[in-house]
Amino acid sequence: MTMTAHQETIDQADQPLLRVRNLSKHYGMITGCRDVSFEMRPGEVLGIVGESGSGKTTLLNCLSGRLPPSQGRVEFNASRHGLVDIYDLSEPDRRRMQREDWGFVHQNPRDGLRMRVSGGANVAEPLMNLGRRHYGDMRQASLDWLNRVELDLSRIDDKPRTYSGGMQQRVQIARNLIHAPRLVFMDEPTGGLDVSVQARLLDLMRELVRDLGLAAILVTHDMAVARLMADRLMVMKSGAVVETGLTDQVLDDPQHPYTQLLVSSVLQI
Amino acid sequence: MQQSKHNGQAPSIRVTNLKKQFTLHNQGSIEIPVFESLNLEVAPGECVVFVGDSGIGKSTLMRTIYGNYLASGGCVEVQHDGAYVDITKASPHMVAAVRRRSMGYVSQFLRVIPRISTIDLVIEPLLGNGVDPEEAKSRAVSLLRSLRLPEALWSLPPATFSGGEQQRVNIARSFIREYPVLLLDEPTASLDATNRETVVALIKAALDKGAAMIGIFHDQDVRDAVATRHFDVSSFKMDMESAA
Repeated sequence: MTMTAHQETIDQADQPLLRVRNLSKHYGMITGCRDVSFEMRPGEVLGIVGESGSGKTTLLNCLSGRLPPSQGRVEFNASRHGLVDIYDLSEPDRRRMQREDWGFVHQNPRDGLRMRVSGGANVAEPLMNLGRRHYGDMRQASLDWLNRVELDLSRIDDKPRTYSGGMQQRVQIARNLIHAPRLVFMDEPTGGLDVSVQARLLDLMRELVRDLGLAAILVTHDMAVARLMADRLMVMKSGAVVETGLTDQVLDDPQHPYTQLLVSSVLQI
Repeated sequence: MQQSKHNGQAPSIRVTNLKKQFTLHNQGSIEIPVFESLNLEVAPGECVVFVGDSGIGKSTLMRTIYGNYLASGGCVEVQHDGAYVDITKASPHMVAAVRRRSMGYVSQFLRVIPRISTIDLVIEPLLGNGVDPEEAKSRAVSLLRSLRLPEALWSLPPATFSGGEQQRVNIARSFIREYPVLLLDEPTASLDATNRETVVALIKAALDKGAAMIGIFHDQDVRDAVATRHFDVSSFKMDMESAA
């Protein structure tokens, strides 16, 4: 990473990358999330925490263009369109923006990988989807990425179903970063992994976020993961955001009763 | 007490009418008052040392200045890029920018990150400001040498280090950048005499260059060596009755 590239990410930091206004999602009578507003800058990691059923995943799906909200706007500073409500774009335009500018890392790697093609092809596929056709270049790029995520290169022609959970998750991360997205959505990316694999993945993600200057929205219920990864936190309860702020402030001096309960419930080791 | 060479300059930190209390919602909404009507200015080259009995709120005040704790009233202005930023009202982005470039904080404890080597941990604040990794590394090496951290440890994550070793990593991490404002919460607590002297020298060098500092030191020698002024937090103690 050169100094100028980094300086650029700092200078652009005043432009919002994502702007969400009064976003609500109802399922009939049931509220998924309600009246959520926030802004994100390039290079920023936003953590969304809360217990299961608090609306974290509904919100993430609305933000990532997978679930149209009942009310409100999701504006993204797209490389082709500028700041635009993603639900105002035509379906093909939105899909292209998702392919070019975004990544989505699922909790379960099986939801984010194609299990019938090799690990290497899984990583190269996003480039193919963007119209790249030079096989040698794509193979080289996917080799580079598999190296960065510390995958055993002798396994790249195997199918992902023969990989361990941690390996699958690393392939999924490579697949979602190879096209240099500007925003990555992560839904409990280290959820089902044992702690040593989790530590390695968190380390990798921290490094990538810093070196590539990408922004990320990270949904997690693990406060330690949130503290390590996120610059800022949003605490959700029953579909509403009850507290936001700098990560260390929210965790060390929580204001809302629910956040106080959440923080005081974390086990110490 | 030491004399500052930078007298007459505008304060780097300006605390006005600051108030802090904690509300514990899950324990019957009990209010814990800490301090109120607190005013404090710290000029470049000054090292203001907080004094007062244990539990009086010295660390709470420092953390409120850093924005780690949320103020209950009043304001905390810190010089950042030639203007004052009110930490108590600034956006999280702004507070993060102030912390990245203008205000450092050394706590007693190192927050260890799994799998990250000591040297990478030390250079992280420089990389976050766009400094070339090789340049950052050479600064880290000279700092870790002066703090007498054995070279064999540099490539290891500090999780298994002793308390004193971890603290020296923490100090290296905070002094590698010349923050114009530096908050020191017992940075010498578990150090031996030789290393304490090194830290005192680092603090004095930073003061000479015009850094504004606030410190909490239980060690009398360190306090006498670096303090330009004492500040008694207990004189702003909030009564139980006035906590609202």
